[in-house]
Amino acid sequence: MTATAAEVVEAVADPELPVLTLGELGIVRDVRAGEDGVVVTITPTYSGCPAMEAMRDDIVRALAEAGFGPARVRTVLAPAWTTDWISETGRAKLAAAGIAPPGAAPRRGAGPVPLMLGVRAASVACPRCGHAESEQLAAFSATACRELRRCPACREPFEHVKEI
Amino acid sequence: MSFDDAYDALTDHDDDSRWAYGTGFADPLAGVPTAAPDGVPPADLAAYCVMLGDDALVMSHRLQQWVTRAPELEDEMALANIGLDLLGQARLLLSRAAEVEGTGNDEDSLAYLRDPAGFRNVRLAERLDEDFAHLIARLLVFATWRLALLDRLTASRDPILAAIGAKGVKEVAYHREYAAGWVVRLGDGTDVSHTRMRAAADAVEPLAGELFAPHELELRLAAAGVAVDPSTLRAEYDSVLREVHRVATLPAPPELQAVAGGSGRDGIHGPELTAILTEMQELPRAVPGGVW
Repeated sequence: MTATAAEVVEAVADPELPVLTLGELGIVRDVRAGEDGVVVTITPTYSGCPAMEAMRDDIVRALAEAGFGPARVRTVLAPAWTTDWISETGRAKLAAAGIAPPGAAPRRGAGPVPLMLGVRAASVACPRCGHAESEQLAAFSATACRELRRCPACREPFEHVKEI
Repeated sequence: MSFDDAYDALTDHDDDSRWAYGTGFADPLAGVPTAAPDGVPPADLAAYCVMLGDDALVMSHRLQQWVTRAPELEDEMALANIGLDLLGQARLLLSRAAEVEGTGNDEDSLAYLRDPAGFRNVRLAERLDEDFAHLIARLLVFATWRLALLDRLTASRDPILAAIGAKGVKEVAYHREYAAGWVVRLGDGTDVSHTRMRAAADAVEPLAGELFAPHELELRLAAAGVAVDPSTLRAEYDSVLREVHRVATLPAPPELQAVAGGSGRDGIHGPELTAILTEMQELPRAVPGGVW
């Protein structure tokens, strides 16, 4: 039963990026069936993520509709979410929806967070035509987790999920 | 190192009413280790969370005021997103303060029902921006300082402060890049943009003196392994500012000044904060507990 409850939770669509499920986004940390019902643990992507309440409601509703009865959703902050937790399936779905998936999250050594001044560790390929390079149009987009870029080959603008 | 239900009390999930401002805080933080770490007075920890929370809350409000006034739509989205990140950090910090304090406050009462003298934000956060270059200069100073602070906070003995620090570092790193990118674009731009960016840096950057002057509470909690002594952040801050100025073809950053007229950490504020709170608190004070 626990596995099935986990499948139900992981199949809930993300309110901000509906092409992804919560499982593919990597925010589901634990699903546990107890005597008082299912307890789901999720973690926010960003501190100010305005979708937490919608996610909570969607999870509780999905579990109820699947016959699991009352559910409780807990939130943990640590360890902090990283875009590395977006699954391979999730990355493919993002690209198919015209959103460039994130590259590997920056690995930090000891010492201060390095100042990048526009230098990227890797280029971002165009999700539409596949051209390997693109330019940034805006550092933030419709949500904090995305930036706006443009492909110099097909001239199309596209969104890119930023690495964190 | 994780803690339960950081957001449990931040959301209304007992009914379908939507909050008009803030949130309901209907539940206590069930299962959360509400105690302060061993040997740390709860009132001290709460006061420190209020300091860092107020920095984020007041800066967030100032950023929100730029929405519809920035030079380009893309920058309004950037400033709104940066403000949203800071608002999220503020909510977590004020919730933690209320929980540790245990006197019946919650994030809403702390944000909306305190008078200006109760706020502990640095005065830089409340400063009114004269133009976009002033905003960018202020955001660079604020984000560079806060990034260094949150990074060191990840080693705090308080697991919640450490977790808030770890999440915040990822966010504020983008805020600093955004501000630094604009300083370079304006500084290394036209004669007019260079002149105005330089004037803004000259006006704003000296005010950072306040950010590195430790409050007695910060020193006490830093000694206990909970807080960060802000004076230890100066070397990293100086190195980042120097590099941004160099790339932006601006002269070296000006000397820092001690804050005139008392520190925001002691509750001393200018009329700017009163103006912010008059706007921010109007609805909650007029309709206490209101929902729609």
